[in-house]
Amino acid sequence: MTPVESVDAAALRRAIPEVVGILVRRGADFASAEDAVQTALLRAVERPPAEDLRDIRAWLVTVAWRAFLDQVRSDTARAGREERLALEPEPGSVPQHDDTLGLYFLCTHPVLTATSATALTLRAVAGLTTRQIADAFLVPEATMAQRISRAKQRLVGIPLNQPGDLSRVMRVLYLTFNEGYSGEIDIAAEAIRVTRQLVALTDEPEVAGLLALMLLHHARRPARVVGGRLVPLAEQDRTLWDVAAITEGVAVLQSALTRDRLGQYQAQAAIAALHADAPTAAETDWVQIVEWYDELLAFGDSPVIRLGRAVAIGEADGPRAGLAALEAVGDDVPRYHAALAYLHERAGDLDAAAAEYAEAARRATSTLEQQHLLRRAEHLRPA
Amino acid sequence: MAKYLMLKHYRGGRPSENKTPMDQLTPEEWTAHVQYMQDMERRLFESGELLSSEALSMGGAWVRFDGEGRPPVVDGPFAETKDLIAGFMLLEVDSYDRALELAAEMSAAPWAAGKPLGEWLELREVMSAVPADVG
Repeated sequence: MTPVESVDAAALRRAIPEVVGILVRRGADFASAEDAVQTALLRAVERPPAEDLRDIRAWLVTVAWRAFLDQVRSDTARAGREERLALEPEPGSVPQHDDTLGLYFLCTHPVLTATSATALTLRAVAGLTTRQIADAFLVPEATMAQRISRAKQRLVGIPLNQPGDLSRVMRVLYLTFNEGYSGEIDIAAEAIRVTRQLVALTDEPEVAGLLALMLLHHARRPARVVGGRLVPLAEQDRTLWDVAAITEGVAVLQSALTRDRLGQYQAQAAIAALHADAPTAAETDWVQIVEWYDELLAFGDSPVIRLGRAVAIGEADGPRAGLAALEAVGDDVPRYHAALAYLHERAGDLDAAAAEYAEAARRATSTLEQQHLLRRAEHLRPA
Repeated sequence: MAKYLMLKHYRGGRPSENKTPMDQLTPEEWTAHVQYMQDMERRLFESGELLSSEALSMGGAWVRFDGEGRPPVVDGPFAETKDLIAGFMLLEVDSYDRALELAAEMSAAPWAAGKPLGEWLELREVMSAVPADVG
C-alpha cells in the first residue's frame, strides 16, 4: 500500500499550520513544535496508519505531541533535569485562525533573510520535507537543513501570536512562487495553495490580488516552454492555457477590486488578466494595460515597472513611443536590452534589434531565455 | 535569491594587493590564513548560504572525445597552465550585494604580517530557471 492510497498527502500538508499552532499553544516552543510535526508527517508517509483517517488533524496532533514529549524527555534525560517532565497537554485545544496567521508572520519575520523565510514557509506552513525543498531549490539537503535550523534559531523567543507584516508575507510567497520548478514538488503550486489559505485567513484584497496574479501566471505555464524552448507571450498557443486557473484568477481579482482598496498585486494581476482575456495577442487591450502600469507606478516607482510600461506603450502607441518611454529606464534593469531589441525590431530597425538581442543574451541569467534571445538575434541577422 | 560561483585563482587572475609570495609566509601566518578561510566556510555552511566548497589540485589535463570505440584524447597533465583555478565556493544568497560582501570578506583573509591578502576573486552568477512571471 502506498502512502497516497491510505493517507492523502495533500490533506496532511493542509493540516500542518494548524497543528503547529496547537502544539505551540499547548506549551511547545515553535522550533520543537515544527520538528515534532515534521516527525509526525514523516511517520504518516513512511508507515501509513492502518485506520481510516477521518480526522487527519487530530491524528497529527496526537502523533506530533507524542514526538514532542519524546524529544523533551530525551533532552531532559541528557541534561539530568526532571522538572520539564511535568509538561502535559491542555485538554481540548482547538485550532485558532490567529495562530495559523501568526505562523505565516513568524516564518517570514524580518529577522530572516528572504532565502531563509522562503525555506521555512515551505516547511512549516506548506508542510514539505527538507529533502523536497532542497530538491526544488537544487541545493544539497544538508544545506537546506542548515538554512531551516538557523532560521528557527533566529526566531527563538518570538511568540507565535504576534501581529506581523502582511506585505512581507506576500513578498515571500511571491518570491517562492517565482522560484521556478524542478524536483518532485511543484513549488509554484505550493505557493498558490499556501496563498489560497492566507486569503481565507485574512480580509485583505491585496492577498486576493496576489492569489489572482499567481493563478493567472500559472495558467500560462503549459504554453511557456514547449519542446525545451521558451515561447514569448505573443507567440504562445493560447489553447494550452489553463482555462480553469484563468477563470478563477479573474473571479478572485474582480471580487478583490470591488473592495476598492487597490494595491500593487491587484494592479499586476489586472495586467495579467488583460493578457489572459485576449483571444489572440493582436487583440490585447494595450491601452488599458498602460493605464494599469500607471496605477502600479503610483504604489512605488521602479525601473522594472517602467520597463514593462515602455513595452506596453510600444504596443499601444507604436514602437517609437515605446523607445522614447524606455529612454527614462536605466540599462542595468533585467531584460532592458531584450525590451530595447523588441522595440527596435517592431520599428523595423533590424540591425539594432539583432545587436540588442545579442547583448540581452549575454546578460541573461537563465539558459532558456538566453537561447531564446540568441535565436532572435540569429533570425534578424542578414544572411 | 541567486546562486554564485566564487572562483579563487592561483594564476591567471589579477595580482593580490598583498604581494608577499606564499613560500615566504611563516607557518603561523599560513595557519592563520587557512584558519580564517575554514572558519568562514563553516559559518557560511551553518547559515545555509554555502552549497559546496572545494580546493582543486594543481595538475590538470585536457580531454576530448575522439570517435566511437576510440579512447579519449588526453593532453597533459600539465604542471604549468596560464590560468589556474585553485578552488571554488558555490553560494546561494539573497542578493548580488550579499555575494559581493562575502567575496570581499574572503579576500580579506590574513596574509603576511597578519595584513589582509586582498586577493581578487572571480564571481559568476549561476544560470537559474525562468521566473514564473516571465512570458
